[in-house]
Amino acid sequence: MISFDNVTKRYPNGYDALSQISFSLDKGEMAFLTGHSGAGKSTLLKLLMLMERPSNGRVLVGDQDLARLRHGQIPYHRRRIGVVFQNHQLLFDRSVFENIVLPLRICGYDPENAARRARAALDKVGLLDKEKLNPVVLSGGEQQRVGIARAIVHKPQLLLADEPTGNLDPKLSEEIMRLFQQFNQVGTTVLIASHDLGLIARMPHRVVTLQRGRLISDGK
Amino acid sequence: MENNTLQNRPRNKGAVRVQPKQKLDGKVIRGAEHHRLKVSDKGRSYLRHHGDVARDSFYSLLATPLTTFMTLAVLAIALALPGALYTGLDNLQQISDGWEGDPRIALYLHTSVNESAAEQLSRELLLREDVAATELITAEQGMLEFSRLSGFGEVFSFLDSNPLPAVVMVMPRNLSVAVVPILQANLQALPQVEDAVVDMEWVQRLEALIELAERAVWVLAGLFVVAVLLVVGNTIRLSIENRREEIIIAKLVGATDAYVRRPFLYDGVWFGIAGGLLAWLLIQISLLLLDSPIEQLATLYDSRFTLSGLGFAETLLLLLLSILLGLLGAWLAVGRHLRAIQPR
Repeated sequence: MISFDNVTKRYPNGYDALSQISFSLDKGEMAFLTGHSGAGKSTLLKLLMLMERPSNGRVLVGDQDLARLRHGQIPYHRRRIGVVFQNHQLLFDRSVFENIVLPLRICGYDPENAARRARAALDKVGLLDKEKLNPVVLSGGEQQRVGIARAIVHKPQLLLADEPTGNLDPKLSEEIMRLFQQFNQVGTTVLIASHDLGLIARMPHRVVTLQRGRLISDGK
Repeated sequence: MENNTLQNRPRNKGAVRVQPKQKLDGKVIRGAEHHRLKVSDKGRSYLRHHGDVARDSFYSLLATPLTTFMTLAVLAIALALPGALYTGLDNLQQISDGWEGDPRIALYLHTSVNESAAEQLSRELLLREDVAATELITAEQGMLEFSRLSGFGEVFSFLDSNPLPAVVMVMPRNLSVAVVPILQANLQALPQVEDAVVDMEWVQRLEALIELAERAVWVLAGLFVVAVLLVVGNTIRLSIENRREEIIIAKLVGATDAYVRRPFLYDGVWFGIAGGLLAWLLIQISLLLLDSPIEQLATLYDSRFTLSGLGFAETLLLLLLSILLGLLGAWLAVGRHLRAIQPR
């Protein structure tokens, strides 16, 4: 599903965020991406989202060489991916429901269908009764779950998460991780960047470890 | 069809159509397949999306009435000024057009020519083939008219004799610009005539002035067009700044540039429509205010001139132009600022 082939990302200031990374993730696999802050976890996710382009090497997502995608094709690439952010990036000028329905609007679903899918996604994260609320009144854990619902509402093939439990207490963190496991069980490929080593150790999944931009273990 | 199958599914599975179903651990589950939309569905959803965006854009402008009104006021004034100048010019042109078809040649006779000789000349001229009509204004009549119109009649009482010449007004049969000067030269050559003046000169001068004014209106219109673009562009820029978060998130979840651009383009279109209508209203109101003094002036000049406002075609043109400018201003602003807002 994902394949990095000798990928290097050098920022214009000469800093190598990633150097010579090679690893792959099979379809339907779930893995953690770990390492200290600054190890290159976020950069790796950004390359997958085409928010950045690699300086060297090849990134493939579902057999698609990302280097071959033109600017106009990037949105369609992103629609195959769901992303959960550490700061959840919710819009506070609209309801929980409106936040979740946004990706479906963008993909062009008709409103009825979109509403049904949005409610289904909310149901999965256990927030169906909060759809009319503004996300600002929700707790941190609930906001993160809204972020997850938005990431999976359009049934992406690949689910990425950047420190999804960053600000949450251990119990909530574990709940969030269980959610990701559920999505993985229905066939979604999941890659979670996290430095919560204790939590990761308790989960039976592959761990890819980065250190100062280099891959020190691909967990296989 | 899809709805029926969906309703039969367990609720917690969500309203999702994914085939084929997979069997895993004995449970029926849905794979996380990427959904494909039918082309006809896409077409319909595209149109509906446009409708939604247009409506949302309209309401969002109403939601900030003060900002919207200020922008509209500036737009309307910037559009109304060249519009009003154009209308004024159009009216002036009507005046000069009205006169151009009626050139007369005034023959100022030598003061030595007496009244009967002048009358004789007038009748002789009437026999010419290239003359349609003549009218004699004797020195006496000329003096009376001058006294009446100027109010300086008393001046003549200080003079020994009437200094005014008799005048024969000649109306040419052929009114074309090419022929009138030939007739003028012929008449000028007559021994009784001191000077033959074509009454066209001031019309020509007016025309030259109008041409100048026309050029000025175009230059001004160009400047105002730039002003309209800047005003719309600046308003859209602020609106983009306000929706920065939304744009970044939309782009991250796969919004195309066109999708992101669309609401702002509709903002521009609404500004164009409302600004154009307001400009039209401003022009009509100004004309209404000018109407009665101009009628008074026209009566004084013994003219049937009436002020004409913007016609249907001109109104349509004004609206189209303002919509186009709104759209263009928005397009320029969005293009510039979208590149600045990339998900980073």
